Amino acid sequence: MSRAIFDFLAASLGDAVTRGADGLPRVAPQSTDAVAAALGLANEKGLRIRVEGRGTWMPPDAPADLALTTERLDRVTAVAPLDLVATAEAGVPFRELETALARQQTWLAVDPPGSPNRTLGSVLATGTAGPARHRFGPVRDHVLGTTVATADGKLVRSGGIVVKNVAGYDLSKVQIGGFGGFGVITEVNLRLRALPAAWRLFRAEGDLDPLFHAGRAIVAADIDATVVELVCFGHRDGKVWQLVVEIAGTESGVEAEVARAEQAVAPFRLIPADRGAVGAELAAAAAEGPVTIRAGALPGSAPDTVELVGETLGKGWIGIGLGRGGLRWSGSAGPDRLRRLRHRLAEREIPLTLERAPWAIRAAVGHFGAFREGVLPLTTRVRAVFDPAGILVAPLEEATGA
Amino acid sequence: VNPVGAPPDPAADPSLIGALQAIVGERWVKTRTAERRTYEADGLPTHASVPMVAVLPGSKSEVVSIVRLLHQRQVPWVARGAGTGLSGGALADGRSVLIPLTRLNRILAIDPADRRAVIEPGVVNARLSEAAAPLGLYYAPDPSSQTACTIGGNVAENAGGPHCLKYGVTTTHVVALEVVLADGTVTRLGSRQGDAWGPDLVGLFVGSEGMFGIALEITVRLEPIPAAVRTLLADFGSIRAATEAVGSIIGSGIVPAALELLDQACIRAVEASIYAAGYPTDAAAVLLVELDGSRAAVAAEAAVVEPLLTRFGARTIRSAETAEARAKLWQGRKKAFGAMGRIAPDLVVQDAVVPRSSLPAILDAIGEVGRRHGLTIANVFHAGDGNLHPNICYDQRDLPLRDRVARASREIMEACVAAGGSITGEHGVGADKVGYMSMIFDPTSLAAMCAVRRAFDPAERANPGKVVPIHSCREWGPGGRSGGRVEPALE
Repeated sequence: MSRAIFDFLAASLGDAVTRGADGLPRVAPQSTDAVAAALGLANEKGLRIRVEGRGTWMPPDAPADLALTTERLDRVTAVAPLDLVATAEAGVPFRELETALARQQTWLAVDPPGSPNRTLGSVLATGTAGPARHRFGPVRDHVLGTTVATADGKLVRSGGIVVKNVAGYDLSKVQIGGFGGFGVITEVNLRLRALPAAWRLFRAEGDLDPLFHAGRAIVAADIDATVVELVCFGHRDGKVWQLVVEIAGTESGVEAEVARAEQAVAPFRLIPADRGAVGAELAAAAAEGPVTIRAGALPGSAPDTVELVGETLGKGWIGIGLGRGGLRWSGSAGPDRLRRLRHRLAEREIPLTLERAPWAIRAAVGHFGAFREGVLPLTTRVRAVFDPAGILVAPLEEATGA
Repeated sequence: VNPVGAPPDPAADPSLIGALQAIVGERWVKTRTAERRTYEADGLPTHASVPMVAVLPGSKSEVVSIVRLLHQRQVPWVARGAGTGLSGGALADGRSVLIPLTRLNRILAIDPADRRAVIEPGVVNARLSEAAAPLGLYYAPDPSSQTACTIGGNVAENAGGPHCLKYGVTTTHVVALEVVLADGTVTRLGSRQGDAWGPDLVGLFVGSEGMFGIALEITVRLEPIPAAVRTLLADFGSIRAATEAVGSIIGSGIVPAALELLDQACIRAVEASIYAAGYPTDAAAVLLVELDGSRAAVAAEAAVVEPLLTRFGARTIRSAETAEARAKLWQGRKKAFGAMGRIAPDLVVQDAVVPRSSLPAILDAIGEVGRRHGLTIANVFHAGDGNLHPNICYDQRDLPLRDRVARASREIMEACVAAGGSITGEHGVGADKVGYMSMIFDPTSLAAMCAVRRAFDPAERANPGKVVPIHSCREWGPGGRSGGRVEPALE
């Protein structure tokens, strides 16, 4: 089968098609139109497609008839520093995007977990925001417009390139964090911010409970922080917790906010640390184990949720936002324990999203799992708009009979 | 939606009226012409349409019963908040049932620790902030109509407001919804934290202009009331200088809570009215800059912003920190639309967005459109995010004038789109801008929107005829065209 598929694709798409390490035909289109063309062909033949970026976040291991990678869609098409917007293709590595933006004194206020070589598309499709979501919100808040290729080869655009826009339904909302089930994001318009004049990061170390209260005191004092994240390298250093606080703004404004933060966390001391190094450490740690999950937990219940996650999944890295909430865990866990945690969290009205795992676990547990009542039929119908024949391999649900 | 002066509506089916009365009681079913006429328009004077009947549910379960009844009877319906919308989005025609949700006005819960509120859709925007104030919290989105508009309406329109520059529009504040779909299914979307059991259907629902269902319960994030707020008012000799000052502030990395601009026509209208705020009438523009946060942060930001204003040509800068003094500076901005009532009996508040750097050129272009059609166009807008509100004053009774207003509106939209902008930043497409949608979206994208809408409402019964031109809805999937009738393509 694979040989015939390869020949068919090669005849139609030329040298965009190669054979991947796993023997699968691998299509690497260089334009949005070429993505649509490849999808249209696959759809016509009923071929199942695995969509990949650079394979650094989600393992490129889903069974399929062909792999489609966005890695050659790697241009930052436009940066408009005066308007604070940019257009980039989905396959651009996140670090390259950041570099291109910094050259224009701008940045995208998203600090995703994982490798800096992750593609922008991977961050968008998984909706994986990092600690800066405390101030800047989830990934979707930074997306102004998208171009998406549907599984049957149509190109759908939504939004625009202005920072405020309510023309038409915002279809991009289902693609951001939709784990590839709603078409292939090929190009995106992003909302940027001007680089702040000053940017400081601090850490404090201690036990969970007192550190939690210290972090919550920063939030309660309404200190203008960009990050207030409680993290635990549980599997490495026993139970040592760290509070990571980042403050950005004007020089004198930052100084004043830091002084207030120091007061709020007393008797803990805020130890200055290198922003880049800590950011890289946190991003790497969140993908240290083979599995990464996030739980939509409110910050007020953080200690309880941490206990529940630890109890159910065992050792792992944990990060929890003390302003907006949201807990991320990375470690090793099989389908049974993940399902058990999902069930126990659901009892507390907390959704669990499987952000990253080997195929066998994704297939069994699903990124979203057992949807809440009424959500599944709606999701299925919306999905059918973007993938009518169901050829995009994206396990959103728990395997039936599991 | 019928244009103004449409023929009288057909009589409603008596058995339907009886069934609606059985759900909500006779008192809450409005069938008399005079009663129904009160719902013939929203805040946009150019569109009017009288509903077949208006039914006002008093509880969530009554809303669900009404929607189920209308589903069984295959009757289209339109949900409505306070009717302050500016796109004709909540108008129902003589074949449709109007469902005003203003009686569902309870604040169900406020959780100060996690800064969440759960409310019914008919809660008036400003009332939520009043209720949260004793807890040190407020609800950030603040449309100009906030003392009247409902949060359910805000959800439908993804409403904005001056302070959305820093805090984001409605969609960034809504974390969960309980909704009833057009077939009567009740579903909860999102979670109190904001993550979802599935894809971001809350994000998709917010801004769907009442075409995906009715929000029965809305869970929103609240923000802490800032310790300090400083409002600066700068006046400029040219509007270009004022817009350049806006760019320089944003470029400095500071995001003010609000950055609002009024042009000369608007300043003069305000100063000639009872809302006079002491704006200099010889100024080409006044710029309001609001900074908020801790005392120190506000002082630090003001120390950056004030020299920028001066450098870009501000003639004078007034600064206010007390609530009373700030209200005085804001008064002209907040009452600008009212002040324009002096100029002519009717007012179209347009809404469009351009990239911020295009503001000077687009304001010139709008001035040119006004001159060409002999119209007075006054601009008052959210300069920080390039969201324009050109106001056209006119007299509805003057038919040729009305036609000129319509042509000028279209030309303004065309100019904004040509500059890379959008046809609406916060008022929605509604009935008013359906015809403009093809300026910014290709047929495939419009068809995809229709198809997604049908995922929520396969029979297209909720708020029919709005947002996406009907002809665009016949081109998706295998269903396609069938004897001129729109077939749900996904069934």
